[in-house]
Amino acid sequence: MNTIRSLLARREALLVLACLLLLVAITARFPAFSTPRNLAGVFNDTSILIMMALGQSAVILTKSIDLSVAANVALTGMTVAMLNHLVPGLPLVVLILIALGMGMLLGAINGFLVWWLDIPAIVVTLGTMTIFRGLAFVESGGAWVNAHEMSPAFLELPRTLILGLPVLSWVGILAIVLAVLLFTRTGVGRAFYATGGNAVAAVYTGIDVGKTRFLAFVLSGTISGLCGYLWVSRYAVAYVDVASGFELDTIAACVIGGVSTIGGVGTVGGVVLGALFLGIIKNALPVIGISPFWQMAISGAIIIAAVVINARGERVKGRIILRRKELPL
Amino acid sequence: MNVMLATDTPTTEPILKMTGISKTFPGVKALSDVALELRPGHVTALIGENGAGKSTLVKILTGIYQPDGGSILIDGKEVTLPTADAAQELGITAIHQETVLFDELTVAENIYIGHQPRNRYGLIDWTAMHARAAAILHGIDAPISTRTRLKDLSIAQRHLVAIARALSIDARIVIMDEPTAALSYKEVEELFAIIDRLKKAGKAILFISHKFEEVWQICEYFAVFRDGRQVGAGRLDEVSHNDLVKLMVGRDVTQAFPKLKADIGEVVLKVDGYCHPTEFDQVSLELRRGEILGLYGLVGAGRSEFCQALFGVTRPSAGTVTLSGKPLAVRSPSDAIDAGIVYVPEERGRHGAITAMSIVSNISLPSLKVTSRKNFLRMAEEFDLARKYAERLDLRAASLSQPVGTLSGGNQQKVVIGKWLATLPKVIILDEPTKGIDIGSKAAVHAFMSQLAVEGLAVIMVSSEIPEILGMSDRVIVMREGRMAGTFEREGLTPEALVRAATGNKEAAA
Repeated sequence: MNTIRSLLARREALLVLACLLLLVAITARFPAFSTPRNLAGVFNDTSILIMMALGQSAVILTKSIDLSVAANVALTGMTVAMLNHLVPGLPLVVLILIALGMGMLLGAINGFLVWWLDIPAIVVTLGTMTIFRGLAFVESGGAWVNAHEMSPAFLELPRTLILGLPVLSWVGILAIVLAVLLFTRTGVGRAFYATGGNAVAAVYTGIDVGKTRFLAFVLSGTISGLCGYLWVSRYAVAYVDVASGFELDTIAACVIGGVSTIGGVGTVGGVVLGALFLGIIKNALPVIGISPFWQMAISGAIIIAAVVINARGERVKGRIILRRKELPL
Repeated sequence: MNVMLATDTPTTEPILKMTGISKTFPGVKALSDVALELRPGHVTALIGENGAGKSTLVKILTGIYQPDGGSILIDGKEVTLPTADAAQELGITAIHQETVLFDELTVAENIYIGHQPRNRYGLIDWTAMHARAAAILHGIDAPISTRTRLKDLSIAQRHLVAIARALSIDARIVIMDEPTAALSYKEVEELFAIIDRLKKAGKAILFISHKFEEVWQICEYFAVFRDGRQVGAGRLDEVSHNDLVKLMVGRDVTQAFPKLKADIGEVVLKVDGYCHPTEFDQVSLELRRGEILGLYGLVGAGRSEFCQALFGVTRPSAGTVTLSGKPLAVRSPSDAIDAGIVYVPEERGRHGAITAMSIVSNISLPSLKVTSRKNFLRMAEEFDLARKYAERLDLRAASLSQPVGTLSGGNQQKVVIGKWLATLPKVIILDEPTKGIDIGSKAAVHAFMSQLAVEGLAVIMVSSEIPEILGMSDRVIVMREGRMAGTFEREGLTPEALVRAATGNKEAAA
């Protein structure tokens, strides 16, 4: 009797079902929505959310939260866009490495504050979220970097087609594969689950809980840094308010995907499906002609529904414990 | 308002009479057919080992637990205590070892929480509240401002606030659950002065303590609990220290402890002068292959803290550790595990297993270095490891992928022990290995511990249960207040000797 796993399997099946129902409903009115080409477009659109939600899920698994991911995108994105504009000779590879390195550094700052100063993650990242966006303003003076100021190579990479899919989608797929390996096949991934599942027990098992959280923040920051480049390149513009509020989307994707907000429970599959679900809604609602305000309300309602489903899952678990208690030892 | 006015002359008629109280938890009979009487103006001592049922009784009296049977009479009238409110209504209040008051609220708010004085609009009358709180505090000579936040007070001052609260609800029955455990000598004296005043005010007091000197200093009556039964009660002036010790521990110690004869070999672990700034001082010991070393003491004697330092959870301030003849510097649990020292913590639920994780993942967690190759986990190896120890420990589970949270307490304990055995340790520290598990599982854990010693492991067993210590240990070290209070060989060891060393009861030693 494989309760939690079957529960999660059920949840993932539930999410697949929900996505399919959504698609059927949309297709009923707009048959064009479900063409393979459009679906690939939806996936491409959602790639950044998937990647950042995966980073966020690592942090949430360790019973922390990273509110600074969107601000990280804005700061890193602004930095590489400005470098691209001001130092046109800089190869794209260098810019991408800078984005990764800078994102990693910003994540490490979060992780360091959580680890060494033992400040709650929500407070730390609430602070750094404001600081990162503030720095983006300071370095740009509030000015925009527009498409014509970016080099063609800088703009084209995410759109370049490989085997019919844009590079952005391939990066998303690569991130999913790497996340599956990290979460299920490495000691660090196991430590994420152990730290969030029971921090004290993890300490007694020889896991450095602080270091594990630090690594989760570094991972989340690094992904955000890369997404900083991808974001400004894809939308061909960099400004201070890029990805404003996007941190909440990453958290929502995790919650819808079944990641426990108190840590220790969640799967890569769930997070990806949670992000895709949000992605489909975001792409479909404008097509159906629903106003952006309703879109937000609908997203919010879905998040609450997901939490209710989570809570119901917990209750089922409780009943199973009782049933087992009656058995002789 | 002078709350300290003495009521009638103290009578010896009990104000509270409990008879035939029983309480069963799944798998454990916590209380069976227990009786207790409390008299106004007198202090009754409730004495018993850990797990004797004292706190269960307190929880029944304060309305937190409901008894399965028996009757409670107050002033000769049968009452029920369905809620904490109902108990308070009847004038019963408890002052706990760690006060259960509100850190962020002021002294006055704490005293009057739940029954704040109201003005005619039904709003809280702050002026009256502070005035009355100040009057009560003045009545017990407690120089504490009513506007201080509770978190800024010492533990002794918090006790005073708790007592003031008891007076504010006009409590007639005051339960004090080890109130002196965290107090200094001087603070204890002050507390006793207040208890004297409460006595004079006609309150009936139930005083729970492990410390015999205190019991003799302030109590008139006693009741001794053992294994959920009341085994003796009466006037203190009619019994001696030794009578009480015998009542407290005097069960048949020859009860079946399946200790096997193990060959005791060379010294594996040597600890020299281990010190900690606040928890323990100058602890030294030697542990041999095949030996079970019992670590006995009262709760808070520093045993667990010492073991945690040995395991690298905290850092000692001085002292050295030698493992198999080589000096060992333990900076983290991971160092200790690598060197071959493992620690099975006291509270499985909180410190032992990661309940959302599967049995396999829990067992393999400290052994991932062994089961993985080139940093990649290998599930098959993990399953092999888990299967091996699950079989060895006779773990009952439908599947090894089952989350540990769905197992019974005894089986969770087995997972935790299995996870440590899988690291192939040289030294295993078991902190209260059988606390809170039923008798069947206890015997299994004991048999297993004995088997480990036979196989050549060196075992340190922290236990507060005297039969377990006597039945399982080759040697016993007793700790008291962070220091070593005695070392005893298995031969000729008596429960009385252990209690004397642990409580520092010199009179009983004479």
